[in-house]
Amino acid sequence: MKTRYTYGGDEHVYVEVDDEMSLDAFFISLSLSKLVRAANIPGVTEICPANASFEVRFDPDVIAPDEMMARIKELEHEAEAQEKRLDTRIIEIPVFYEDPWTHETLMRFRERHQDPSGTDLDYAARINGFDSVASFIEAHHAQPWFVSMVGFVSGLPFLYQLVEREKQLQVPKYLRPRTDTPKLTVGYGGCFSCIYSVRGAGGYQMFGITPMPIFDPEQKISYLKDFMVFFKPGDIVKWKPIDRAEYDRIIDEVEKGTYAPKIAEVAFDLDAFNKDMTGFNAKLMEALNDV
Amino acid sequence: MTFEIVKPGLATTVQDLGRPGYFHLGIPEGGAMDRLALRAANLLVGNDEGAAGLEAVFMGPEIRFGADMSVAITGAELPVLLDGDTRETWTTFDVKAGQTLSFGFLKEGARIYIAFSGGIDTPLALGSRATYAIGALGGFEGRPLAAGDKLPVGQGAIVAEGRTVPDALRRGPGKPADLRVLPGLYWHRLTEKSQNAFFDDDWKVAPEADRMGYRFRGGQPMEFVDRPQPFGAGSDPSNIVDGCYSYGSIQVPGGLEPIVLHRDAVSGGGYFTLGAIISADMDLIGQLQPNSAVKFRRVNMEQALAARAERKKTLVQIRQVLG
Repeated sequence: MKTRYTYGGDEHVYVEVDDEMSLDAFFISLSLSKLVRAANIPGVTEICPANASFEVRFDPDVIAPDEMMARIKELEHEAEAQEKRLDTRIIEIPVFYEDPWTHETLMRFRERHQDPSGTDLDYAARINGFDSVASFIEAHHAQPWFVSMVGFVSGLPFLYQLVEREKQLQVPKYLRPRTDTPKLTVGYGGCFSCIYSVRGAGGYQMFGITPMPIFDPEQKISYLKDFMVFFKPGDIVKWKPIDRAEYDRIIDEVEKGTYAPKIAEVAFDLDAFNKDMTGFNAKLMEALNDV
Repeated sequence: MTFEIVKPGLATTVQDLGRPGYFHLGIPEGGAMDRLALRAANLLVGNDEGAAGLEAVFMGPEIRFGADMSVAITGAELPVLLDGDTRETWTTFDVKAGQTLSFGFLKEGARIYIAFSGGIDTPLALGSRATYAIGALGGFEGRPLAAGDKLPVGQGAIVAEGRTVPDALRRGPGKPADLRVLPGLYWHRLTEKSQNAFFDDDWKVAPEADRMGYRFRGGQPMEFVDRPQPFGAGSDPSNIVDGCYSYGSIQVPGGLEPIVLHRDAVSGGGYFTLGAIISADMDLIGQLQPNSAVKFRRVNMEQALAARAERKKTLVQIRQVLG
């Protein structure tokens, strides 16, 4: 790893563990950010872990920027030595691919797209070498995903697919970000999938929509009563393709307060995963069968 | 105690000094875009500096008071009218139950702050009353105010009329507005030519300017240092593997139009950032109207910290005057 330290103005230290995405970089970045949290450094106000980097916000009236950066650097070796293992959960997230709402939106912002002649899925399937949108969608949901970052807006998860690098799907972001994205859009940018937790601006390609809310500031949704944000880094997700009828049924259940996301507890071990990705993933997904 | 919104203005929201601690979940600190103006308004009416008041952008709301209280307006310049009679900005005045506060056209700046003795007393959300409209969180029902909304005000003593912040202690952007930038983050992605052009070019505030961010136009398109794009970043040279964004950080999607993230910043994303506006100049951005001329000025960390200390000194002086 080639960790890079830099300042974001006079109130942030930005630590990029690697400029490319990998689970190794994710685990080192997460470990380092956790060590910074545990160090309880006076003046730190926010610690934000991301995919392969993290950021610390601090009050420069309490701790000088160069001292803040030095304190983080001291912890780097310890972070690299930590075991890359997490006790976590796998969650099945229903997705209605090629839904009418994201379709309407992507048509509205066509002039900001690389390929105005088709849809975002047409484009993504083609540039990733798939012969059809259906086979691209299959590749998107067949193997599970790892939540490597939560952010952008309220509780939005970034997800990284648990497959070999050569099997990863890659799609650029829109040429110019949209000013609108439907709530709960399942999006794609770089090698990351995401779920737009709220309606708003966005630059990711739009593939579908989930009926399952993941952010509720009023905390009325049955499974968001304890905290308004559903995801945390390290969560594992299995997309489940659904049709319009199932979409409507789940929307109805959410409104009635009877919808319970399918969740199972699992452990994620990076070494074991790297040794046998397909076998490891199969075990992760089996855990959902018992729910 | 309450006041009622008769006319809401454009995007009038309840704001305080924000809710730090949730940016890692994509929930920004938020709060007043012009912090110094909100603090001054609160001090004028005898509140804690962090009490909740109203932030109104480009035009003032119309408000009918349900109780007697002290009020102060700071930030942008515009005529202030109480039942049609002129009142001064940056100066405390009394209002009586049944009176109506209204405003003339904006003369200078972009955002006014209205403080009420006792402070707006909407429920706390994650420790703050700041409205984060994107997340429908905080403030009054998580949204900009609408006609007919009745806002609760806490118990506060009426303070003497005529307390004022002297002209010398009021802060607003110059013309052009100088915004000081500390290069950093992904600064190395730009060619030297584009690094220099960013500071040499004349920029203007674009119409897309809100609490999340301010967009700028008028400078040259930026050129990037050639490289194979890192895995996971996306193919455009302005793409990075999604990382965290700093408050004040400057992203330039496609190398075209710089966007400065402000109080309701998105917490991360996949566009490179060339550095950040220094903390001392964040308030000034909140007072920029679309089409205002802007120059970005390069500073180093030492200068950024000196500017921060200078800013703090102004606040201390305001506290002394109103203490």
